[in-house]
Amino acid sequence: MIHPDTLKKFQAAIGGVQTSEFRDETRAVVPQGAIFQALQVLRDDCGFDLLVDITCVDYLNYRDAVDRFGLVYLLASTTTNERLNVRVFLNEPDLHVPSAVPLWEGANWMEREVWDMFGIRFDGHPDLRRILMPDEFAAFPLRKDYPLQGRGERHNLPVLTRSRS
Amino acid sequence: MPLTPSALNAEAAETTDQDYLWTLNFGPQHPATHTTLRIVLKLDGERVVEAIPDIGYLHSGFEKIGEHLDYNQYVTVTDRMNYISPMANNVAWHGAVEKLLGIELTPRCKYLRVIVAELARISDHLLCNGAAGLDTGAFTFFLYAFNRREDIYDIFESVCGARFTNSYTRVGGLMYDANPVFIEKVRTFVRTFPKTLDDMEKLLNRNRIFVDRTKGVGMLSKAEATNRSATGPIARASGVTRDLRKDEPYLAYADFDFKVCCSNGGDCYARYLVRMAEMRESLKIVEQAIEHLPPGPVNVGIDQRTALPGKRQVYSTIEGLISHFELAMSNRGFETPHEESYAAIESPNGELGFYVAGDGSDVAYRARCRPPSYIHFALFPTMIRGHLLSDIVAVLGSLNIIAAELDR
Repeated sequence: MIHPDTLKKFQAAIGGVQTSEFRDETRAVVPQGAIFQALQVLRDDCGFDLLVDITCVDYLNYRDAVDRFGLVYLLASTTTNERLNVRVFLNEPDLHVPSAVPLWEGANWMEREVWDMFGIRFDGHPDLRRILMPDEFAAFPLRKDYPLQGRGERHNLPVLTRSRS
Repeated sequence: MPLTPSALNAEAAETTDQDYLWTLNFGPQHPATHTTLRIVLKLDGERVVEAIPDIGYLHSGFEKIGEHLDYNQYVTVTDRMNYISPMANNVAWHGAVEKLLGIELTPRCKYLRVIVAELARISDHLLCNGAAGLDTGAFTFFLYAFNRREDIYDIFESVCGARFTNSYTRVGGLMYDANPVFIEKVRTFVRTFPKTLDDMEKLLNRNRIFVDRTKGVGMLSKAEATNRSATGPIARASGVTRDLRKDEPYLAYADFDFKVCCSNGGDCYARYLVRMAEMRESLKIVEQAIEHLPPGPVNVGIDQRTALPGKRQVYSTIEGLISHFELAMSNRGFETPHEESYAAIESPNGELGFYVAGDGSDVAYRARCRPPSYIHFALFPTMIRGHLLSDIVAVLGSLNIIAAELDR
């Protein structure tokens, strides 16, 4: 839930923001180019000091979906208890957004996980490596075109012997 | 994710004057990590210069599985995320699903969910504090804690048949209603547990060894806690007064009288104290809930088309029979809106939320878990920098990292 004044302030600062409501939850869709500025305004002027989570949804098989990926920033305020979901839609081949690490240190591992699972690049991230999957893993497993049982990557991973470890 | 040697060598190359530093592997199989995680340490003598966490050893693709199991089946997977407090995970998962579906639970179900979630919190805090005591040398304390965890397992066993992986919740209700044995066991627990807490506090609160090992270790300031997305007891021990049970009262938490426990210390000792205090508050909630347990049905009605109707209803009414058939057939199920929503609960470890996207079928299109352990483990490198090697176990113990939830 977000206070209407906070939402107005946000919409006045960032152009092209569309908002919607679902079950007392406010979602704002921000254009890809304005995401960093939007997050900065939300943190500094609107009081959203807590980045709850960054996640992503792959809309490959989703009915009526126009865009391929939806990146979701879940924001909350520790003082006023407002919440806002900020979404950015991304399409191939332009799969990158500015990193939110300069604003929230906590974004570091969240962005690494999104990169690991969906292959979305975060420009300016200090350490954008895979975090859950091995470095040698070539695919992005949470994309919808990746099968549940994998493509046999595990068989190609190098065997670590005691002498080499 | 195994760290490639090149990543370490690259940093070593630019600091050639620091070649006196030792590199030490902590884990992945180390008794004090409690679970499977690895930390690559750079040590100056015994002092930690840098700690590079390396996780992913237990990655099992839970979120991918969530896109292939239906809303009721996936609850078994949530059990295995934070296996110290599986009840809280069940409540979080089905809370998120019910928010997506727009289901309002029955009062009895809300109260029962509160009771099991708070018992899970006590169980989790007992393990966390007990293990923190064990790691810092207090073995008796650990036994006191584990003795009472056994009672909580007994309570869970009497209400749902499983001790460890409960899978107690269902969409729109619970697997079983509470029985008199469960209520009696909870009452006994509520009556006897304060004595244990007193004993535990006497053992450790002023214990010279424990206080020396935890006070001033693993500092986390209030600003940093918020900036690094810390939630739950870890944020509250740093002075952040955020508790979803008070701030966004879900289930029936608005009915109960309890306090939010905070501290300004920000160190391992403050986190220990906050957890000890939270157990007392949880016990207060359990007591109020069990004494004022509302009567009535535990599942939502068959008009919601999500919860299985009772057997009597199935065998004697046509609506019950149709509803049972619709839910039990694998190609029927219930319908979900084409929407996405996020719902979180205050789990023992912090904010545990699920971001669920529905696509019309009864299988989630996306089931993202916001794991508190994952977010909190990212704090670890900054908290341990400059401390001694032996402080690692104290800090890890106070963060309560559960690797199954960390890697999912």
